[in-house]
Amino acid sequence: MSETAVPVRSRSRIILFWRSFAENRGAALGLSVMALLIMVAMLADAIAPHSPIEQYRDHFLTPPMWQHGGDPAFPLGTDDVGRDLLARLIYGARLSLLIGIAVVTLSLSCGIVLGLTAAFAGGIIDIAIMRLMDIVLVFPSLLLAIVIVAILGPGLFNAMIAVAIVTLPSYTRLTRASALSELARDYVTATRCAGASTLHLMFNTVLPNCLAPLIVQATLGFATAILDAAALGFLGLGAQPPTPEWGTMLAGAMQFYQRAWWVLAFPGLAILLTVLAFNLFGDGLRDALDPKLKR
Amino acid sequence: MLRFLLTRVSVIIPTFVAVTFLSFLLIHLVPGDPIETRSGEHGITPERLAELRHLYGFDQPLWRQFLHYEHQVATGDLGTSIVTQDSVWHAFLQLFPATVELSVCAILFAVLVGIPLGVMAAVRRGTAFDYGLMGLSVTGASMPIFWWGLMAILLFSVTLGWTPVSGRISDAMFVEPVTGFMLIDCWYSTDSGACTSTVEHLILPMIVLGTVPLAVVARMTRSAMLEVLNEDYIRTARAKGLSAPRVVVIHALRNALIPVVTVIGLQVGSLLSGAILTETIFAWPGVGHWLVESVQRRDYPVVQGGVLLIATLVMLVNLTVDLTYGLLNPRIRR
Repeated sequence: MSETAVPVRSRSRIILFWRSFAENRGAALGLSVMALLIMVAMLADAIAPHSPIEQYRDHFLTPPMWQHGGDPAFPLGTDDVGRDLLARLIYGARLSLLIGIAVVTLSLSCGIVLGLTAAFAGGIIDIAIMRLMDIVLVFPSLLLAIVIVAILGPGLFNAMIAVAIVTLPSYTRLTRASALSELARDYVTATRCAGASTLHLMFNTVLPNCLAPLIVQATLGFATAILDAAALGFLGLGAQPPTPEWGTMLAGAMQFYQRAWWVLAFPGLAILLTVLAFNLFGDGLRDALDPKLKR
Repeated sequence: MLRFLLTRVSVIIPTFVAVTFLSFLLIHLVPGDPIETRSGEHGITPERLAELRHLYGFDQPLWRQFLHYEHQVATGDLGTSIVTQDSVWHAFLQLFPATVELSVCAILFAVLVGIPLGVMAAVRRGTAFDYGLMGLSVTGASMPIFWWGLMAILLFSVTLGWTPVSGRISDAMFVEPVTGFMLIDCWYSTDSGACTSTVEHLILPMIVLGTVPLAVVARMTRSAMLEVLNEDYIRTARAKGLSAPRVVVIHALRNALIPVVTVIGLQVGSLLSGAILTETIFAWPGVGHWLVESVQRRDYPVVQGGVLLIATLVMLVNLTVDLTYGLLNPRIRR
């Protein structure tokens, strides 16, 4: 009976979603920039003009090619040890997207498990999990990330773990809240009466209906992850030189930026554009998925 | 009301103990012994090392160190810095006004600029001004402020020479610290040169730290205003023949401000995160800069005490916001 009805309905829902999403010019712009970034990251080996770590000894702090003294071989100039800035930015895009994916995957999956457990178990387990999340939230996020990195030791991997821990409470709270409101619905009771196990109920019945806000949060979380990891890199606690991570590049530029603006301007611009793209896309998703929030 | 107050306050105490435990434990998980770190390249004799460890209690089992720490915290002693020998509480009190001054000015900047901009965008909804402002707002909210701060220094301090690069006041000036808040102190000392210097030093970090809250406040004000402007009572006010500014400012803005104030209350934590970066860039002598340095120097007691004090502060601010809501809105008092 529902075999024909369901696909038609879901397809029309997707079309509706796409229309409402495409109406939002900011979101479309964000999506295009994201697509471009993903392309750049995947094709880094083919499109980068140089190796990101090769040092050209006779090209220290060469300005961008359109400025006096620029060299067309280094379109955006070179840094203080003669590495090509454009190549480093291109490989940095790969790194930033990897940071985003790793942090969001880790944080989202842990958050979903913790949130569902809290909602299903209730009682003391619920209180314990949520109190723990409240405690994490009491620390300003960057401060907690700094302390975690200080314990684990500086480095890209540890910085990603720190950012994942810091962003965990938002996913946990969101999952728990949506799961609790779903748990009160009849279809959950019906599935339970039909003999579904708790695990089946958690992940197959309730979770799919909680996904919309989580997807929005994950997109916005992508932006936060890139920003926070770059901030840690900037403080010297994230990726270590010569890794072409954008925040780490900014930290390296600190000593030279007064006479070589390009070593400062471009990596920061790359961070801003990436974070902006994910934020615009996330806002658009939220508007499209939640008609109540629309103007 | 009393019950509401008691439940909210009683939740704070276990959270506080857990926070002390975490701040204690976190720092003790750090690899590297602070005594060995300080002994430097020359190293020290094993006897002297053992002696110093004993002196600072590092040879005790962890749980005893924690109980000792908890006892110290309860009696108001947050330990002394291993590097400067200064009491943590004393150092915090000296640096904290600088952070508060910067953060309060940043929030004031965000509110005083953000609310009018948000109102204008809502009133001129759909115009180029509205779109432009909302575009700027989402850009501001995405801003990596450590980069933004450096770009601002490059443009306004280095290229244009309008403002100084770093610090709170020119090196040539001295103001007797009375309150620790430089603006109040130099006003008190009636030294106009010092006042100018203080304001010049404050203006750039204030704008940099205020950028993200400004974006958030402008956006929130706009959407809250749009909602309120559609209400019937606004139409009534217009129909009564009241002037447009009066309807917008007196009737609409007052109600639109409620969600805006909530958002400002939520900014405290992210403001402190921003302060860590802003203080590092501008060499602003506040607690954020101090904590980053202490982490790098592995100064256990300072990180412990500083993190604990900041977490406690955030808890108290959240509690105050919570209680204020309870006071203003009887429906949440349950």
